[in-house]
Amino acid sequence: MSAGSSVPEIEIAGVTKQYGSGRAVLQSINISVAKQEFVSIIGPSGCGKSTILKLIAGLSTPTGGTIRVDGMTPFNARETISFVFQDATLLPWRTVKDNIGLGLELERMPIKQREKEIGPLLELVGLNQVAKSYPRELSGGMRMRVSIARALATNPRVMLLDEPFAALDEMSRDRLNEEILRLRAEQKWTAVFVTHSVAEAVFLSDRIVVLAPNPGRVYAEFRVDLPTPRTAALRASPEFDAMVARVSHTLRETVRQ
Amino acid sequence: MKQRAITALNALAVFAAVIVLWQLILLVFHVPPYMLPSPWAVVRAVGARFPSLLNALSITAEESAGGLAVSIAVGVLIALIFAQSRWVRKMLYPYTLLLQTVPIIAIAPLILMWMGAGIPAVTLIAFIISLAPIIANTTQGLISVDENLVHLFLMHNATRGQVLFKLRLPHAVPSLFVGIRIASGIAVIGAITGELYAGSSRVGEGGLGYSILYASSQLQTDYLFALVLAATVLGFSFFFLVMFLEWYFLHRWHESARAPEVE
Repeated sequence: MSAGSSVPEIEIAGVTKQYGSGRAVLQSINISVAKQEFVSIIGPSGCGKSTILKLIAGLSTPTGGTIRVDGMTPFNARETISFVFQDATLLPWRTVKDNIGLGLELERMPIKQREKEIGPLLELVGLNQVAKSYPRELSGGMRMRVSIARALATNPRVMLLDEPFAALDEMSRDRLNEEILRLRAEQKWTAVFVTHSVAEAVFLSDRIVVLAPNPGRVYAEFRVDLPTPRTAALRASPEFDAMVARVSHTLRETVRQ
Repeated sequence: MKQRAITALNALAVFAAVIVLWQLILLVFHVPPYMLPSPWAVVRAVGARFPSLLNALSITAEESAGGLAVSIAVGVLIALIFAQSRWVRKMLYPYTLLLQTVPIIAIAPLILMWMGAGIPAVTLIAFIISLAPIIANTTQGLISVDENLVHLFLMHNATRGQVLFKLRLPHAVPSLFVGIRIASGIAVIGAITGELYAGSSRVGEGGLGYSILYASSQLQTDYLFALVLAATVLGFSFFFLVMFLEWYFLHRWHESARAPEVE
């Protein structure tokens, strides 16, 4: 699945990002993501991981270099991209159902059609019971599910996820990781996933890009050749542990040098 | 629940203590009734002049509610303009400060001169004095939206109008209520102060402020106390009405409005 198609879904070529005249946040970044590939970006804090996602989403513009999403500029490709933020980032005055429908509503889909789209999504992320609840009545894990469902509602081809599970306990995080893989298997989107957790990156990804800080640059890349579909049992396997150990070792190098 | 009963009992005990102290002062110092009437005399004055008391109360209530309503409408409109850009805020904000610092007593005679005495003049005074907190709080609410939520809207190519009406405005509602809570108190104070200057176009008939002035000129101190009591009741009613509305509109989704408590 990882090899997908030869035309890259996301092409980041020689991208540099600098705020004002200060030091570069990102320097000469080259990352290419194939269609339906799952790529994780991992690195110590301050290496510009989240900045890369913002650049792909067109929420920020690079100082140098080019970014193409499906051959288009990020701004023009927005309709095909969904963004999942670090916090659930829900509208607290809207119910779960209306939060999930937000994107469709902003794109002016009529309410009847919206309801039809939201129903199966609620089912998909297991939120049927709480469709009419407000975000503050939900646990952190459930809020994150709402956020993911909202991102999926617009049928994205590219999902950008910025440390979406960082604030969750380990159990919820593991379960949501499994669910992310299940959802991707069904809907076949391309994913760029930013995380602090090596285990999470290994479990989810086809490929892991390790960034080094000051200035942010690509330090190493790993292809994750663990069998798919991946299940919870994988985490207990020696191959998984070995991969986590290798990536962790490289990650430590980026800080030491 | 038990906690609440205890709080209520404590408040009642303070009330009783004040009444006892009041009565003691009268007995010990032999204060003449035109200086300080007894609590019982005040109760009697309430009973004897209830219709005129109620009339004064309703006039002041009308003026302060009118002033508050206009200041909510105008204040939200101005806040919407302020929220458009930092540049606009910098240019116009000093003038809202002016609104807050101008002594209402100083401009009341001016308003009296322009509009003549009566309910419209006092309503205008209540409006002016209660406008600033509405503007300040609503503006704050409109501009303090989580940056990621704005990004989310941008990702869906949301229009400026969608960002304003589906994101900024609902987000500002809790702050708007904070503003209304502050404004409701000063609208009542503004109305009563305004009435001291521009309260009535007919002798002997006007709101609480006007009646207080009139009662003091007639040395009807017991009635004056009754009027002050009525003013307090009015202020409290406004406060609790706003608290209730705040709870009603926000309790389902907003943390601060989950359980109304007296601060």
